[in-house]
Amino acid sequence: MKIHDSLSGAALIALAAAILWHIQGFPPMPGQKFGPAWFPGLIAVGLGVCGALLVFSAFRSGAPWLRFPEWVHRERSRAAVLAVLAGVVFYILAADKLGFFLTAIAIIALWVRVLGASWRMTLLMAMIAPLIIHLAFYKGLRVPLPWGLLEQWAF
Amino acid sequence: MGVLGQAFGLVFDWYVLWVIVGSAMFGLFVGAVPGLTATMATALLVPVTFFMPPVPAIACIVTATAMAIFAGDIPSCLLRMPGTPASAAYTDEAYAMTKKGQGEIALGASLVFSVIGGLFGTAVLILAAPALAEVALNFSSFEYFWLVMLGLMSAVFLAHANPLKGIVSLLLGLLVASVGLDNPAGFPRFTFGNAELTGGLTLIPIMIGMFAVSEILRNVAAIDRPWEMAQAKIGNVLRGMWGLAKRYPAPIMRGSVLGTAVGALPGAGADIAAWMSYAISKRFSKEREKFGTGHVEGIIEAGASNNSALAGAWIPALVFGIPGDSITAIVIGVLYIKGLNPGPTIFMNNAPAIYAIFLVFILANLLMIPLGIAAIKGAKQILRAPRELLLPVILLFCVVGSFAINNSIFGVTLMLAFGVAAYLMEENGFPVAPAILGIVLGAMLEENFISSMIKADGDFTKFVSRPIAGGLALAAALIVLWALLGILKRRRFP
Repeated sequence: MKIHDSLSGAALIALAAAILWHIQGFPPMPGQKFGPAWFPGLIAVGLGVCGALLVFSAFRSGAPWLRFPEWVHRERSRAAVLAVLAGVVFYILAADKLGFFLTAIAIIALWVRVLGASWRMTLLMAMIAPLIIHLAFYKGLRVPLPWGLLEQWAF
Repeated sequence: MGVLGQAFGLVFDWYVLWVIVGSAMFGLFVGAVPGLTATMATALLVPVTFFMPPVPAIACIVTATAMAIFAGDIPSCLLRMPGTPASAAYTDEAYAMTKKGQGEIALGASLVFSVIGGLFGTAVLILAAPALAEVALNFSSFEYFWLVMLGLMSAVFLAHANPLKGIVSLLLGLLVASVGLDNPAGFPRFTFGNAELTGGLTLIPIMIGMFAVSEILRNVAAIDRPWEMAQAKIGNVLRGMWGLAKRYPAPIMRGSVLGTAVGALPGAGADIAAWMSYAISKRFSKEREKFGTGHVEGIIEAGASNNSALAGAWIPALVFGIPGDSITAIVIGVLYIKGLNPGPTIFMNNAPAIYAIFLVFILANLLMIPLGIAAIKGAKQILRAPRELLLPVILLFCVVGSFAINNSIFGVTLMLAFGVAAYLMEENGFPVAPAILGIVLGAMLEENFISSMIKADGDFTKFVSRPIAGGLALAAALIVLWALLGILKRRRFP
């Protein structure tokens, strides 16, 4: 997604203003001139100046405000990108409750299928990939991946 | 037993050797698949190295990246797609050679001269780093402030055609770094009462997001575009290499020296080194007209350059804790986790581990010859790896890896947010590398800035009154000036 530089610039100015407003609440360091607000303050000023320069330099460029990349118009690519994003969001929301296995099986199946593999391959991958990653991380590296609903069958 | 003996003991251990061979194969694979980069290989390895002792952990990253930078040349020759950005400079040249039926020579030259460049960079690393550390022992906050500035300025101005967007990217990175308690005042900034944010944003999930997830998004967006492979008969890739080495000694030397120097310059890494070396090779060549038509000279020089840059980048990373490129930006995080805190004293406190790392560099470069030949022979199989199976597995790996650092689902959220952000930034011409550098160096920049300001009592002339600090300030200013002059020149004579 291409955003017009003037829009990005305006967003940066807004961000800078928000930071400058927010850091007013930072306390000074006792006995020092330079407290915790100094550094973010400098960053905000820099962002504001760069934002203004971006707005100014791109103002007459004639580019559209928003331009979607050409893959948006290709059905398979669009579905693939959406599936990737949706899958990760689903993992974030569901992994603790459903557990690693159920969540991973679901998202691997979704991704492999949407990216264009056959149903047979999809099922195979959905079984094998989570198992191997679980073995590597849970057994090998002792990462406490959640069991969720499968708690009683934990191994 | 001396330090060197201890270092040998640390490296020549079955477990470490296993790790080296395994990560070499991993690096060759990731490098050879277009769209998967050496930096991504590093980001993916970090969650695994997290659970290893220091020496194998670092060995893993050193080996995988050296292999990946070489392997990036393989799809350049066969698909006209650089496997990693460091090969992009001479992808067209290498592909043109394959079309002429000289694919074997192109691949052989990238392999052999990658090894030579890598060994040269390693030699400089071994000799220069301890010497530089002696000097660095006397550095005060003023020198560190300017060193960080030098790194940030070269990341913004050397790497990119649009410095304004580079600066924005850098500032955003610095902003991310200022989240949390880790500042001279110990005040929780931008945490909005969220406990996860108090300790600051964890680096590794951010890196996995910016280097792996954004790449995966780009790859899946192009999933319906098949790769077209050029036909190449590949026999003995080492044949004729001795002749090339005798014919082009100057380009090999120039590429290795420039690559090491660019690598050692904080902020600029293998990809910039390769672009610069290719351009220099063309300018000084006796057969300039042959460049672009499938001529091996530029591949030799730039191939040596990008591998030597890899070792060069470790010089500032080990001595100052300032990354020479985006790979060492991740490595610095790993060094801290492993208790090998970078800085001039690392050569006294952890000498055996550091010499072990140097040994691994040599070993990895030597191992590149047999494994590289095997990778070239197996290239067609590697490039036929089905993306629809590969990408989902890598993505699940990213998810679990981001979780594993703090055992927190918040890591996965960070990964996704920064992955999407990096994708959007690149789409809009904002380079990602300065942001990474800003995130890694933000705390160091602020600490040295504030303590220098306090020492100088707000008098900015004190920042440049010590000779080395003044010299570093001048170097940073020259980089900015040089880049701005270049832009003006391009505007006037487009």
